[in-house]
Amino acid sequence: MTAAARLPHEPARGIREVESGYDVEEIRADFPILNQQVHGHKLVYLDNAATSQKPRAVTDAIVRYYERDNANVHRGVHYLSERATEEYEAGRTAAQKFIHAADRHEIIFVRSATEGINLVAQTYGRKHVGAGDEVLISAMEHHSNIVPWQMLCEEKGAKLQVAPINDRGELILEKFEQLLGPRTKIAAVGHVSNALGTINPVEQIVKLAHARNIPVLVDGAQAVPRIPVDVQALGCDFYVFSGHKTYGPTGIGILYGKFALLDAMPPYQGGGEMISSVSFEKTVYNKVPLKFEAGTPDMSGAVGMRAALEYLNHLGMENIAQYEHQLLEYATGKVSAIPGVRIIGTAKEKAGVLSFVIEGVHPHDVGTILDQEGIAIRTGHHCAQPVMERFKVDATARASFGLYNSKEEIDALVRGIQKVREVFA
Amino acid sequence: MADLRDLYQEVILEHSKAPRNYREVKGADKKAEGFNPLCGDRFTVYLQMNGDSIQDVGFQGSGCAISKASASMMTQSIKGKTRAQAQELFGHFHKVVTGQSEDESQLGKLTVFAGVSEFPMRVKCATLAWHTLQAALEGKQEAVSTE
Repeated sequence: MTAAARLPHEPARGIREVESGYDVEEIRADFPILNQQVHGHKLVYLDNAATSQKPRAVTDAIVRYYERDNANVHRGVHYLSERATEEYEAGRTAAQKFIHAADRHEIIFVRSATEGINLVAQTYGRKHVGAGDEVLISAMEHHSNIVPWQMLCEEKGAKLQVAPINDRGELILEKFEQLLGPRTKIAAVGHVSNALGTINPVEQIVKLAHARNIPVLVDGAQAVPRIPVDVQALGCDFYVFSGHKTYGPTGIGILYGKFALLDAMPPYQGGGEMISSVSFEKTVYNKVPLKFEAGTPDMSGAVGMRAALEYLNHLGMENIAQYEHQLLEYATGKVSAIPGVRIIGTAKEKAGVLSFVIEGVHPHDVGTILDQEGIAIRTGHHCAQPVMERFKVDATARASFGLYNSKEEIDALVRGIQKVREVFA
Repeated sequence: MADLRDLYQEVILEHSKAPRNYREVKGADKKAEGFNPLCGDRFTVYLQMNGDSIQDVGFQGSGCAISKASASMMTQSIKGKTRAQAQELFGHFHKVVTGQSEDESQLGKLTVFAGVSEFPMRVKCATLAWHTLQAALEGKQEAVSTE
């Protein structure tokens, strides 16, 4: 029986099984896409930080929704509308439980983690950041946690402050603390770096910021699929993540915000769903979270995301984190032992991302040669150009692991890198 | 199935390791910058014109083996040519690397890039220097981008 076949009604039994042994072959059978040949080789998918593959439980749930439940939500009195609304709201509850938010109203559906950050910058940010104020980010952020703040600062005449990182790719906490000043209105940091794999000490970051009454947004796009996340334990004020990096569908993401903050924020976009009454003289906005969900939402996305989160719960995030950590350790040892290979990002606390450069070979050539071996990795700047600058490289090759990757696939990666060195010898 | 050796031919690897005319041309009367924002490849092409002819050409920058070798071999093949001849050569080159033509008769040594057509993701690498050359010939001020 595959792991998917047990879903979603027997999670307790599933988790006990995982504790007794993480069966990656059984898990792989849940992901039909993995079972194919690329350029005559078995596909080795190591680009999970870009997007993850979907278990059949997710695609089945989406098909089931369209074949059985589809209608517009929150407005029809008819039966299907009620059922679609239930399905959509069940997605919200699943996301709430997954990141341990206190209240399901603190979960807002957005298109992506990126949109979640933009929402906060354009609502909370525009309300609270003024001329001469500051927004603090870190030097390892993805462009999506830089540009929205840059746009805000430009509009308001505010200043974007950047806390530096060390040579291992870790945030220098003392510098971060020093940069939390009287004019800092919000701090925004990644939980796990997409380019370096660094896991940031978010709890400490939040404590430092809160000691000065500064709210913190955490970009969790790379963290939620990799490690257990508890937003209440972290204490952060906002947290964003994406569906598609979390083994769910594209086009949906989650913004978590503390209720009092969300309640006091102006709406993001205008339209249907986000109103409670409209006249040409005055519109009264809906309550949180619908206030932030203008227009017909991504219902099937919410359904698919819930299926993905249930799948992850079934495997257990602790188990996934532990397994991916083993993969990372194994890969780090093997890859760093290859002559001429340098690993970029060697933080003590790291999740399943392995960025590297090969002496004398451009990462794009690495990517093309590995692709010919059926190995999918990402090459380039990973939407983190300032990180590339910090490490004085134009680009890197990045292998990023997922819950279905195996040690054999790491061995294939190592053989692929050796082949690169042969071609360029 | 495409063979890696079709792409990474010895000549290409050799040029990528030891690019020719890899220098700023002193007193260049035309220059342009080209970059590929997706991968960060970035080259500057310098031209010294004599009337309508390319008297000297050089380039500098960073990029993958394909883009660097292409820039290197481009400089060799356009030196002494007129503007129109260089542009015509680019036309042939472009058609071959994008797979629109298999007629490599006009390409001379540049035929080694024919294998690029099997690797659509790498066409931009092979043509970056040429687009930059074209911008230089046209006297464009802004950096050209492959996107």
